[in-house]
Amino acid sequence: MITMVGIEMSKLFRKWRTYIGFIAIGVLVPIVQIALYLTGDRYLNFATQNIRQSFEFVGDLMNGYLIAYFVLQALYIHIPFLIVLVGGDLLAGEATGGTYRMLLTRPVSRFKIITSKFIAGFIYTNLLLAFLMLISLFVSVLLFGTGELIVLRSKVFIFASDDVLWRFFAAYGFAVLSLTVVLSMSYLFSSLVENAIGPIVASMAVIIVFFILAAINVDILISIRPYLFVTHMAKWSFFFTDPVEYNEVINSSLVLLAHVIVLFFITLFIFKRKDILS
Amino acid sequence: MNDRIIEVQGLTKRFKELTAVDNLELNVYRGDVFGFLGPNGAGKSTTIRMLLSLIKPSGGNISIFGMQLHKHRNEILRRIGAIVEKPDFYLYLSAYKNLEILGKIIGTDVSNKRIMEILEMVGLSKRYKSKVKTFSHGMKQRLGLAQALLHDPELIILDEPTTGLDPQGIKEIRDLIIHLSKDLGKTIFLSSHILKEVEIIASRMIIINKGKTVVEGTVSELLEAQNLKVNIEVDNADSAKQIMLNTKWEKCISASTNNNLEVEINKEEIAELNRYLVERNINVSSIIPTRSLEDYFLKITEESEK
Repeated sequence: MITMVGIEMSKLFRKWRTYIGFIAIGVLVPIVQIALYLTGDRYLNFATQNIRQSFEFVGDLMNGYLIAYFVLQALYIHIPFLIVLVGGDLLAGEATGGTYRMLLTRPVSRFKIITSKFIAGFIYTNLLLAFLMLISLFVSVLLFGTGELIVLRSKVFIFASDDVLWRFFAAYGFAVLSLTVVLSMSYLFSSLVENAIGPIVASMAVIIVFFILAAINVDILISIRPYLFVTHMAKWSFFFTDPVEYNEVINSSLVLLAHVIVLFFITLFIFKRKDILS
Repeated sequence: MNDRIIEVQGLTKRFKELTAVDNLELNVYRGDVFGFLGPNGAGKSTTIRMLLSLIKPSGGNISIFGMQLHKHRNEILRRIGAIVEKPDFYLYLSAYKNLEILGKIIGTDVSNKRIMEILEMVGLSKRYKSKVKTFSHGMKQRLGLAQALLHDPELIILDEPTTGLDPQGIKEIRDLIIHLSKDLGKTIFLSSHILKEVEIIASRMIIINKGKTVVEGTVSELLEAQNLKVNIEVDNADSAKQIMLNTKWEKCISASTNNNLEVEINKEEIAELNRYLVERNINVSSIIPTRSLEDYFLKITEESEK
């Protein structure tokens, strides 16, 4: 299995599309950092104008942590799109290239092929998130320094600088699970067709539709929110509340994990029965 | 000793209403170069895909090396090398890297030396570093053969291995197949549209149509069993034809031009016909018997269509 995963990783990182996500993050995050560096104080003053009447702020709130939080909040909707570019291609790409035939006439089980490709996709997801974390958190901290993190939700939370880093790690850990659901979904779609465009577009469509459904405040739609995985994906932000609502986080983690397991096994079931006609 | 390498019984594949392979039976013996023939849509590729477990049969049984394919898939595939239709590769990888990956998947120790030997054998050693996307169709076909031979398999399944090759390339591949069979004792399952090729190199063959076996046997036996097509050069074909009317020879005439008669007769009848014509003052300049797999194939598939 390790050999198979190694082969899949080697194939993955020799494809141009694998780097799109890294390039997108590598371009987007510095733009956000520069923009916040130049106009961040104005933004912060505007965002905190109401509470400034009641509180006096001491120290520099425009620091690396705030920028990292801002990036995470801004990109959590968009990072899934970068994941589906790779997830949608993992199986369908083999069909398009005709390499299914070459791969499946070797003495290796379909279970191994499916699992190794999925693990490769999972590693890619982790690497992409690690890269995002590196650029958005560590580079921001290097450039802008550390300090208290102010988080504006329904309430205002201000976290001491030594109480912040673990929250980022936990949020990124949660993001791994969230994005693995996205990966699993695009992987399932990828097993159904013989062209990668279909699964990529279909996955994006599902994500967009679910995000829209989750955002509309109509009673009937509110009632279906718990059944939409995107609702649970947003729970990373619970790590930036005090106290952290661990029950909510654990529930959502279990729901997301269940999605991953079910989607993976459906993919496996389909792929094991699939006639290779391409 | 059971020398059967492939044993197929009652093999059937249905795609909804379409029956692509219908109760097919075939046997391939050790050391055979087995020609697998049939018109387009006959079910050849579907059969080959079932032999390689790319497609699940709807019914029947496939046994390879004496083992059931569905039970011993990996053990069987470890001993098979194959090209299925056009060979496709990871275009963004080099020829060498493609073979290296396949070697690792097979799980046998495929050394760098072995990869280079195989590339040398198929004439691609100078391009081993080139990405496959820069290869011509013929080069991909050669690389396809290289990947099929990489792990030194006992059984080699080749689906149209010479498609897209130039005449020189076709001859090289044909010579290579003969070398693999005669010198290395490999069993070859060869599907090809180039019937001349199959006639030259195959020892046994099967013709299928509409997913069913039409005929199976050794190439020489099958060709012997059919009439020869004989071109007889005479001084006057019309006179010769007239003389043959209302005799047993009449039904043998298949074509005629000014000085040529084409008749379909068996080998023993050639001398008799020659004598018959000469005794009736027809000057016979030459008699050229021809017998080709192509004629046989067309005849047998036409008959099976009826």
